[in-house]
Amino acid sequence: MIRNPLEAILNSNKREEKTMSKPVVATTSLAGCFGCHMSLLDIDERILTLIELVEFNKSPVDDIKTFTKAVDIGLIEGGVCNSENVEVLKSFRKHCKILVSVGECAIMGGLPALRNGIPVEECLHEAYIGGPTVQLNKDGIMPNDDELPMLLDKVYPCHEIVKIDYFLPGCPPRADLIWDALVALVTGDPMKLPYEVVKFD
Amino acid sequence: MSNLIKFKIDGKECMAEAGKFIVDAAADNGIYIPTLCNMKGVKPKGACRICSVRINGRLMTSCTTPVADGMEIESNSTDIQDLRKSIIELLFVSGNHFCPACEKSGNCELQALAYRYQMMVPRYPYEFPMKPVDASSPRIIKDQNRCIFCKRCIKTIKDETGRSYFVFRNRGHKLEVVLDEEMGKTINSATAHLAMENCPVGSILVKEKGFDTPIGKRKYDKEPIGSDIKL
Ligand code: SF4
Ligand code: SF4
Ligand code: SF4
Ligand code: FES
Repeated sequence: MIRNPLEAILNSNKREEKTMSKPVVATTSLAGCFGCHMSLLDIDERILTLIELVEFNKSPVDDIKTFTKAVDIGLIEGGVCNSENVEVLKSFRKHCKILVSVGECAIMGGLPALRNGIPVEECLHEAYIGGPTVQLNKDGIMPNDDELPMLLDKVYPCHEIVKIDYFLPGCPPRADLIWDALVALVTGDPMKLPYEVVKFD
Repeated sequence: MSNLIKFKIDGKECMAEAGKFIVDAAADNGIYIPTLCNMKGVKPKGACRICSVRINGRLMTSCTTPVADGMEIESNSTDIQDLRKSIIELLFVSGNHFCPACEKSGNCELQALAYRYQMMVPRYPYEFPMKPVDASSPRIIKDQNRCIFCKRCIKTIKDETGRSYFVFRNRGHKLEVVLDEEMGKTINSATAHLAMENCPVGSILVKEKGFDTPIGKRKYDKEPIGSDIKL
């Protein structure tokens, strides 16, 4: 007897294991705070089901740094604030069949986008020279190492840089929403969107 | 009663007193039509158009249009729903709505409408306009990033002589609803709280107030806006 839908997924997965490989998931944090990743971990014991259900590729979750195969689902946390974010996001688009913007930052820039509308120069000046908490930068040095990514003129929502297929609002999105979305994407079932789990904060 | 008239909303037979505005007549019949600029007890102004319905092939704002005998009103068709959703989306992209950091989050009517219409992402590009925050009054913060120009504050927040605390300034793209500088200095606590309450969004905030209701217990955490309207 099958007690819950998850076991059904697991069982069907086990049966097909020999012929079918598991869906592959990759995740990244662009201009985000890792809160969305924390929310993914917040699915509690379902995490055990998740690792049965999918395989992780490039992701901070398993510390795989580069794509090693084609990915089915890419989860993007954070908006796009610098040149490195653009590169990472584009490489996710290239390697992932489905891209999901996870959280307010990915969807609309989030708190980092509070700087949008203020010239970058002014932001840097405030952060490194003029701001009330700046104390030890007597020579007024701005970070200028070639290795550092360039700041963009503003923080961009991910879908203004590449095509994004799905959006999961929230700051962070509720763990239940991330879970439901992942299960829906893996099983192909329609996504449930109960009122209480789709929130902007 | 003799002045009861009959009309239809999306094919459903309804009854109401003649002369009532369509939104109110609909509510009397258990039908929710979304509103944003409209407020009970205040003369409607038809500013936001979220309450649009179709009558005789024409879109009309149901908060300003009185119901008439035999009227056939279309409200929940797909294209009207989408029009309402697009108005919500426009309001989000034309201001700066950082809900996670907003004191009104969970109690905000604009956000609640976005939830009800399942806005996952606006279809329009974000404008990120530069807007000021005025914290010069001892009691009130007026955050222009979130103002949707509904005029609810202008119409309802007045002193004993009938003067509005809030006024329009500038025109066109520079239009603002501001707290009158002089009156802002002396606004009392009760009036300030009423102003915050009457503002549908988080554009009027009472100083030292915010985030006092835990997530899960706020007005629109569990039930969509309009849930109170049923038979
Ligand atoms: S949406 Fe919220 S939780 Fe997610 S990265 Fe942005 S700030 Fe952090
Ligand atoms: S006013 Fe409403 S929509 Fe705007 S940021 Fe605040 S909660 Fe969000
Ligand atoms: S401050 Fe609030 S009530 Fe006044 S016009 Fe703006 S949104 Fe409306
Ligand atoms: S509620 Fe009718 S126009 Fe705003």
